[in-house]
Amino acid sequence: MSDAMTALATVTLLPPQGMVTLRADLGDATVRAAIETATGHAVPDTRSITGTGEAGLGWMSPDELMVFTDREAAPALAGSLAEALAGQHHLALDVSDARAVFLVEGPGVREVIAKLCPVDMAPGVFGPGELRRTRLAQVAAAFWMESETRLRLVCFRSVARYAEDVLTNAARPGTAVGLF
Amino acid sequence: MLILTCPYCGLAADETELSPGGEAHLKRFGPGSSDDAFTGYLFHRENPRGVHFERWRHSNGCGKWFLAARCTVTLEVFGTYPAQTTEPPAAILDAIRAKRPDWEGRA
Repeated sequence: MSDAMTALATVTLLPPQGMVTLRADLGDATVRAAIETATGHAVPDTRSITGTGEAGLGWMSPDELMVFTDREAAPALAGSLAEALAGQHHLALDVSDARAVFLVEGPGVREVIAKLCPVDMAPGVFGPGELRRTRLAQVAAAFWMESETRLRLVCFRSVARYAEDVLTNAARPGTAVGLF
Repeated sequence: MLILTCPYCGLAADETELSPGGEAHLKRFGPGSSDDAFTGYLFHRENPRGVHFERWRHSNGCGKWFLAARCTVTLEVFGTYPAQTTEPPAAILDAIRAKRPDWEGRA
């Protein structure tokens, strides 16, 4: 764990990330095939992410996915998804401007999140590959670990300043709890 | 602190991640029903000491509504199940009867 002089983790607001919200019946084989063809990523299992936070698919709920792509490519991707799912009950919408993405990086990443979210961050319980939607202090957020020391967090842009403040505060030097 | 397992995510979600939605399995009485039936639907709620069925929403998670059976005295949770049910499933009722043999069933 980090010493008393260095932060548990650094918190960085990332440049705008393209995101398309996609709602459809994910149990339907035709829908799954159309999504996989249009995005190039496998439809993720419950609470998981395929690909990366820059280009990938995140599981949001039993009938909702978040599609990550380049900011400039998002409107076109929403269009091509809508085209691929024509005839199926669905919604594909570019929501890039609604959200902010943070990179939390450092050896104390698990502690920073454990201080703010009602999530068991113990190694072996939560790890890379799993996407968790939860509550970050007082706001809704979703995050996943890219590695043991790197975590990406998404929240609404309207509360981005708040999220940055609570994350930075939780990562302050000398505040390590030493749980993990 | 109440911890309920969301039947959609499979997550043991903390109470602070959920929103309460009041009593479960209400039967709606709308236009054309008697005033008494409508009053009952609108206002009269069970408030038992003991086994209770409730609606909850995983509002900070997957956003889905689900139903839960729990004890209001001990906060013991007997089970959670999807919201697309009009009656508590047999497995939930069995779990309740196993732990509360003297439970008289839903009023």
